[in-house]
Amino acid sequence: MTAPIGSDMLDDLEQFRSEVRQWLEANCPESQRQPVVPEEQYWGGRRGTFASEDARIWFERMRDKGWTAPEWPTEYGGGGLTPHQARILKEEMKAIRARPPIYGLGLWMLGPALLEYGSEEQKQQHIRAIVNGELRWCQGYSEPGSGSDLASLQCKAEDKGDHFLVNGSKIWTTKADECDWIFCLVRTDPAAKKQEGISFLLIDMDDPGVSTTPIELISGESEFCQTFFDNVKVPKENLVHELNKGWSVAKALLVHERKLMAEMGADSPREALVPSVAAHEYLEFVDGRIADAEMRSSLVEYDMLMHAIGLTHFRTFEEKAAGVRSAAPLVMKYVGTEADQQKSELLLAMLGSRGLGWEGEGFSKAELDTVRLWAMSKAMTIAGGTSEVQLNVIAKNVLELPQS
Amino acid sequence: MALVLNEDQRMLQDSARELLGSEAPVEALRKLRDERDELGYSPELWQKMVEMGWASIILPEQYGGLAFGFLGLGVVLEEAGRTLAASPLFSSAVVGASALLLGGSEAQKESLLPAVAGGELTLALALEESHHHRPTRIATTATAEGDGYVINGNKCFVLDGHSADKLIVVARVSGEENAADGLGLFLVDRAAAGVTSLRTIMLDSRNAANITFDKVRVSAGDVIGEAGAAWPVLEQVLDRGRVALAAEMMGYALECFERTVQYLKEREQFGALIGSFQALQHRAAHMQSELELSRSVLLQALSTVDEEPAQLPLMASLAKARLNDMVKLFTNEAVQMHGGIGVTDELEIGFFLKRARVAMQIFGDTGYHKDRYATLCGY
Repeated sequence: MTAPIGSDMLDDLEQFRSEVRQWLEANCPESQRQPVVPEEQYWGGRRGTFASEDARIWFERMRDKGWTAPEWPTEYGGGGLTPHQARILKEEMKAIRARPPIYGLGLWMLGPALLEYGSEEQKQQHIRAIVNGELRWCQGYSEPGSGSDLASLQCKAEDKGDHFLVNGSKIWTTKADECDWIFCLVRTDPAAKKQEGISFLLIDMDDPGVSTTPIELISGESEFCQTFFDNVKVPKENLVHELNKGWSVAKALLVHERKLMAEMGADSPREALVPSVAAHEYLEFVDGRIADAEMRSSLVEYDMLMHAIGLTHFRTFEEKAAGVRSAAPLVMKYVGTEADQQKSELLLAMLGSRGLGWEGEGFSKAELDTVRLWAMSKAMTIAGGTSEVQLNVIAKNVLELPQS
Repeated sequence: MALVLNEDQRMLQDSARELLGSEAPVEALRKLRDERDELGYSPELWQKMVEMGWASIILPEQYGGLAFGFLGLGVVLEEAGRTLAASPLFSSAVVGASALLLGGSEAQKESLLPAVAGGELTLALALEESHHHRPTRIATTATAEGDGYVINGNKCFVLDGHSADKLIVVARVSGEENAADGLGLFLVDRAAAGVTSLRTIMLDSRNAANITFDKVRVSAGDVIGEAGAAWPVLEQVLDRGRVALAAEMMGYALECFERTVQYLKEREQFGALIGSFQALQHRAAHMQSELELSRSVLLQALSTVDEEPAQLPLMASLAKARLNDMVKLFTNEAVQMHGGIGVTDELEIGFFLKRARVAMQIFGDTGYHKDRYATLCGY
């Protein structure tokens, strides 16, 4: 039976909210209360640097509170907050436009998976390091020959007694050239059927034999890399969960990745225009209405869609808190990234020729960013499982349709 | 805000599913249609619904109500949508009761609401005058005479208008034809002198009527709220109706979808179950994603009625527009994926297809609500 929030709990939450508000007021430096540009984000790790002394202070105060990972257990350095409390923290941070003190795949993806599947030693070694921003993680799933068909991956790890010997490569490893460790799916049993011979391995990128090359994209960015493994020795204790059970770990992680991808539009470091706001600058109004009927219709469709998606985020959150399962989380990556593309196309249409600038003078930063975000949005429905793969997953796991 | 049903609401859902599954399956609607039933619904079923408390589900306890709120109502209507159960629940217990509740005097509420809750009195809203939903485009007049009014005009698409005991007539006391100002709500006995109703046979086999008012006299006691200033009440009544209808439409969509997915798992062509074809899998999976978004919108809209009426216009338009589009997609896909049998009268999917098209027009189509949402957003 689900427990509705009682009035006592609501009072407690309001008390918590006022404490959080006071703490943030006292501890978040003024300079950390404005949108962050990419160069000023702190991603932690051995090579991580703070853009300013304020950024360092803000990070350290949040870290010491455990609020870099608000919902993780306090025994590993997390904040130990309930989902409701964590939501309040997020809301209060948003209200003063506080920057996230640290970014990273360790926080967003690996941590949740380790808390579920990791050994006690792995939790002790890695969770606290993630909370403290000591190491920066990247993800090694896709391979040049295994994109949508992830389970066909070939990068192999051979059992050599006290260690695995890893050979192969991983592609689309985000910012791998700036990361310290990589969590990988590797083939540990070549004879087993597809996903049954895959294991989940943690690899230190400083180990001999690991190398990384950036890949330039159509957007002009090169945040993705390809990472090569040439006879890399990985200690046995870096295997997460059981041998050949990596797929289960990956699945658990993908849920986090999907949520992340769906939210990424909102958290983008670029100056993202909000269509309903941009409309007032870029479109003609007559009697308080957008004169172009087609544009007005496209805009309202997008706004209604985002309203529905936002409500669904809230629903998944409430369901989680109530211990109710639904298919909602499984559709979020698909609807979120498709909506992001819809937004980008809409903005480009609204901006007209001002939305076609690539660089240099003659365009505002927001206009230039809109074009880059438009190009980046094309990758969003591909990375992390294409929209088509998402639909396959829904067809199989939710609708339980027969597989050919 | 509640986007997850609580235990009480789930129990209500179970009992609704049980009653409607046994007493009002789609087969019952087919029978009403084939027998050209004059009432258009089963009085026995309606009595059972009343006994379950559904006619009083949104009413406060002081008027004999259950005070379950709109989330409770939504649960019941969704189940009613799953079986296309024909009854005066929507027109009387939701729309009519809301008009009295929000606009009526204490005397009107005390004398009429318990009768609505008890199922002895049914109500219908006589609003539309053209083939599109235009709630302020009212040419029907209410002219003051003595201590009452005289009503003249023509109404169409009056849901349950041929069977309701009392009509709530939207008429103009003053102002231009398209003005929100100057409207009034008037209680009129359907059997009163000067009221002529023509039952229209529509494709959903449910009940609607065209009604003419020719010098129909009403007393001052039959005016709901202030004559000439009814728009704020009417708008809220319509928004409640839109949200309630969205819940019913969720039922059509879910039922069609579940039957279709089941069919994909049974039907074989080219030596394979057709559900193994990716062309169909992707369409079905896309529908699942639409369903998830609509579920969140519907739950939020229902709880908005009870908890945040200020947000109701935006949420009601979002819910009605989204569910309009969804039932259109879902019923079309259900027919197409069933193939040849999908276009036969024997398969019940056709009943959902037809009912969906009617529901999509009630209280505003998608275009109407997109326009309203955009206006509310300031563009």
